Amino acid sequence: MAIEVRIPTILRTYTDGAKSVEGTGGSLSELIDDLEGNHPGIKGRLVEDKDGSVDLRRFVNVYVNDEDVRFIGGLEAPLSDGDQVVVLPAVAGG
Amino acid sequence: MAVTLCRETGASAIEGLPTLVGVLTLAQETYDAIVAHAKRDHPDEACGVVAGPEGSDRAERFVPMVNAAGSPTFYEFDSTELLALYKDMDARDEEPVVVYHSHTATEAYPSRTDIGLASEPHAHYVLVSTREHGNSDGPVEFRSYRIIDGVVTEEEVTITPASSTEESTP
Repeated sequence: MAIEVRIPTILRTYTDGAKSVEGTGGSLSELIDDLEGNHPGIKGRLVEDKDGSVDLRRFVNVYVNDEDVRFIGGLEAPLSDGDQVVVLPAVAGG
Repeated sequence: MAVTLCRETGASAIEGLPTLVGVLTLAQETYDAIVAHAKRDHPDEACGVVAGPEGSDRAERFVPMVNAAGSPTFYEFDSTELLALYKDMDARDEEPVVVYHSHTATEAYPSRTDIGLASEPHAHYVLVSTREHGNSDGPVEFRSYRIIDGVVTEEEVTITPASSTEESTP
């Protein structure tokens, strides 16, 4: 078992065009590190340094089983095998 | 009352630049719906998408969204509604063919923020400016762009006539 991660169009350059990939990890943070190992560069599109610590980028939304991770611990959100993670860039502007 | 402005840009190329190859084709009723949404939400920015079959470039299904920012200078889809929208499009094998929003005090041209946050390389980014007439009747600026890797390319907008059922409406 693994965690299914849905990849948005804009990030499919990192996944050879795949709409979804698999990863492992006990938290979102660990999952992102695992993804980075197989899809180098993707981590930098998901997280950024904020005041010396790493956090999700403001305009990237990540959902675990349809819950926005910002409400369930952010990068520390716990994950289990079989979870589904969806990554969606914000649709936003000025 | 229907908005009757029908902007059909001709084949005019911008001087000194190659002819624009991109065209956004929209049905009259979709165009009208986008304009009506922009006028209704003025002075806040309005936003939404027009979805269509993946890879078809056909803007078919008008989906107005709530501007969670509720602001005259910023728009953002609510994160929960964003997920619902994308799951729905996924289930229908659709993609966002058009992503539209309004500018309420400035021209219908992508702002630096718009360019920085544009994340749908296949989408036509439609900008409507309501700065001239606000909530009232009257023409709006209605323009379309591709925004890819920070590069903005304007394209023509072609409006196709309303469907026959619409024409019979008094």
